[in-house]
Amino acid sequence: MGKKRNMILGALLLLAAILAIVILEKQLPPTHIALMVLKKGCIYSLVAVSMNLLNGFTGLFSLGQAGFMLVGAYAYAVLTIPVEARGSVYMYFDGGIINFSVPMLVGLLASGLAALLFAWLIGLPVLRLKSDYLAIATLGFAEIIRAFFQWDKLGVITNGSNMLRKYPTFNSTLFPFIASAICIGIIVLMIHSSYGRAFRAIRDDEVAAEAMGINLAKHKRMSFCVSSFFAGIGGGLLAMYQGSIQAAAFKSAMTYEILLIVVIGGLGSVTGSCIASFLFIASSEWWLRFLDSEMTIGSFKVPFLRAGFRKVVFSVIIMLIVLFARKGIMGDHEFSIDGICRFFRNLGKKKEVKS
Amino acid sequence: MSTNVLRVEDVTMQFGGVVAVDNLSLEVNEGEIVALIGPNGAGKTTAFNCITGVYEPTNGRVSFYGKELVESYPHGRMKKTYIGENGGRYTKRVVPTPDKITKAGIARTFQNIRLFSSMTVFENVLIAKHMRAKQNLLTATFRLNHAEEKRMREETLELLKMQHLDHLKDEIAGSLPYGIQRRLEIARALATEPKLLLLDEPAAGMNPQETQELADFIRQIRDEYKLTIFIIEHHMDLVMQISDRLYVLDFGKLLAQGTPEEIQNDQRVIDAYLGVSEDA
Amino acid sequence: MDFINKNLPYLLAGISVGGQYALIAIGYTMVYGILRLINFAHGDIFMVAALVTVYATTTMPLYVSIPLTLIVTVVLGLAVERVAYKPLRNAPRMSVMISAIGVSYLLQNLALYVTGGLAQTYPAIPFISDTIQIGSATTKMVTVVTPILTIILVFALMQLINHTKIGMGMRAAANDFETSRLMGIKVDNVISMTFLIGSLLAAIGSVLYFTNYASVVPTSGAMPGLKAFVAAVFGGIGSIPGAVIGAFIIGICENIIKGLGWTTFSDAFTFALLIVILIVKPTGLFGEGATDKV
Repeated sequence: MGKKRNMILGALLLLAAILAIVILEKQLPPTHIALMVLKKGCIYSLVAVSMNLLNGFTGLFSLGQAGFMLVGAYAYAVLTIPVEARGSVYMYFDGGIINFSVPMLVGLLASGLAALLFAWLIGLPVLRLKSDYLAIATLGFAEIIRAFFQWDKLGVITNGSNMLRKYPTFNSTLFPFIASAICIGIIVLMIHSSYGRAFRAIRDDEVAAEAMGINLAKHKRMSFCVSSFFAGIGGGLLAMYQGSIQAAAFKSAMTYEILLIVVIGGLGSVTGSCIASFLFIASSEWWLRFLDSEMTIGSFKVPFLRAGFRKVVFSVIIMLIVLFARKGIMGDHEFSIDGICRFFRNLGKKKEVKS
Repeated sequence: MSTNVLRVEDVTMQFGGVVAVDNLSLEVNEGEIVALIGPNGAGKTTAFNCITGVYEPTNGRVSFYGKELVESYPHGRMKKTYIGENGGRYTKRVVPTPDKITKAGIARTFQNIRLFSSMTVFENVLIAKHMRAKQNLLTATFRLNHAEEKRMREETLELLKMQHLDHLKDEIAGSLPYGIQRRLEIARALATEPKLLLLDEPAAGMNPQETQELADFIRQIRDEYKLTIFIIEHHMDLVMQISDRLYVLDFGKLLAQGTPEEIQNDQRVIDAYLGVSEDA
Repeated sequence: MDFINKNLPYLLAGISVGGQYALIAIGYTMVYGILRLINFAHGDIFMVAALVTVYATTTMPLYVSIPLTLIVTVVLGLAVERVAYKPLRNAPRMSVMISAIGVSYLLQNLALYVTGGLAQTYPAIPFISDTIQIGSATTKMVTVVTPILTIILVFALMQLINHTKIGMGMRAAANDFETSRLMGIKVDNVISMTFLIGSLLAAIGSVLYFTNYASVVPTSGAMPGLKAFVAAVFGGIGSIPGAVIGAFIIGICENIIKGLGWTTFSDAFTFALLIVILIVKPTGLFGEGATDKV
């Protein structure tokens, strides 16, 4: 019964969110920072959840996320640029060799599939490695992918190190919200399926998982591929959000950012990753922005405030969370109405005990 | 003569220059409870690890119900450094991963309990049902195998009830008392629907009364699940009480074998356990 | 002969860069050897060292500013260990690695703030910036100085590790952290010493490295840092001679590839090498293997 109630509550929450977005879009000018934050937050939620699937639920410490996002972003852009625009985009490569284009949603699906293909190939050798070796090897692969996509010889497809642009994008915040919600929904369904349990078993104890008949190689590869598939879709969405993409932007710094989001939200918590994504994007792009401009209160000039200070404060906050709140916002729990009720009830109880 | 379940032939496990298991051969027949005993460091757990695919034996063969399960011979760098016996007898390499061996019907427990400590008791047992379920990633994710999942859950609950663990099903496994963790580990192994169960020191850390309960429990599951049981144990009362036959291992070598009475009166075994005094 | 003549500039550059990577790689390999931690912040400490030199030379003469750079870098290295790694000594390894990534993020953002996002021109240091002629190639003095200095420093370090008390502590801690603690070795001192040596060598490496480059930006440390780490893995992480040899191999290969006109792939090559070695021989050239007990 509780399950049914939770599902209804969840659906209501989702509807409320959609309604809120529709109202916000009506009220605010389309370039308002809040809408930007919402769009980017949705995309980062998806990417962070997909990384959490690997790092938090399967216990595989992979740092290849930016690489798979790059593959997804390029797959989307390359396939969806309208034929008539190709001449101007691929100006150094005679319009490229692809002379068709696919609809937006097909392109988005293709971005996931392309990332999945890369993940499958990379996973064959890399997933045999343990913990930090896996981390460094996936990081290495992400760098290789980045170099590969900037290669001149592939310019007829990837436009070399030049920008890709003029592909279809979205205007409404609803699009990334719904796309991310569907993808995250699928990930959640999987985490709660028999396979999700197997992933968590691998995280808890590889040797015991194997003794329970779980094929390590197969399940690790599954988790890796699924995670990359959704990272690819996230990359496609990011390409749509930005309007133009360049391989050079998908550096390891991007992976680190996503990893920090996952850690702040809590390894092993989907809702934690989502909450952390919005907080991360909102604070880095919006709420802390005042730190970047000089400010005088009366005749007092506040020291330190100038361009770049925001990021310093921001990274100090992150370090504090990493050091002192190691479990992140949610630990490995999920956000739920019940959880909130319990939280307040416990709070009440504690007060009673004190008084 | 009952059917042979497990046959270990000439299994040798060499780490660098150390021979942990030296030319071990043994047999376990259907319905038996067979014990493997020996002083600490005799190579008992290593032998288990060779049978269950955790290690690839350096040389030798393991068969299960007459079918070859594991086989290997010294290769690579080991070719030169191998100091065991029967070097040239085996020429094939069959090295399945542990999950294949579990799937073939051999389940095991571990000396130092290895539960999925962040998961519930129910989930710990449910995991074991994963490998035999008819499903794939898509059907499982989109709940197209609803009936299968339901069956897995029902079977798990059934098993927990039979093991009297159902009242704990929502507890986190890592937070349970030691004795219950041991029982849970055995329940989890049973859930893989094994024909042969390997128990690695199941009575470690138990008091005499708990040990006695365990003895009854082992007999009971053997009869209920029609199992064959191969057990490593230090508690001699337990071993002598439940096992049909014993193998004694010392310094990796098979020292003696026989019924409990024979072993109890075997001078070599007594020496190995109590030591031989210099002036004797 | 013709091949060598044609590639001499690249070969020389390779040896020089290799030496610089080696100095950074030692910091990685020593820290990993003892703490089993990939110190992602090490490359950024290297970058900060370069920035300190830039700022110090504007107001101070060289004979003050270079020692100052070394001191500031060492202090920074020790501070990072004290603040970001020590509190996590008993935490899972993943937490410490994430903390290292956090420190790296912080140092880069701090550098961005201080420099205002502008590339800082690295000062020309007399003698090592001088131009010299070797065979058919024209190069800077640093090309010759680097490998010699690297070898001297590594030799001194090996003496320290093999023949002093603190060196013995390091070897013991690398072998078995917990037991050496039980044996009365002051592990915290050993770790501090490790970070001190690593940061010092990184600072020296930064002086040599940036002499070949015109400017420093906040992300300057990331790539050399990663490559030095790859060198450490390549040589067998935990092994100092391994790290040095790995660094020279990577430096030389990378520059030869540039010479062949594959500049896009010079970074990728390093990582390809890493992946090949991890798959073929995960313990690296000189590393020792360890097995998990079941």
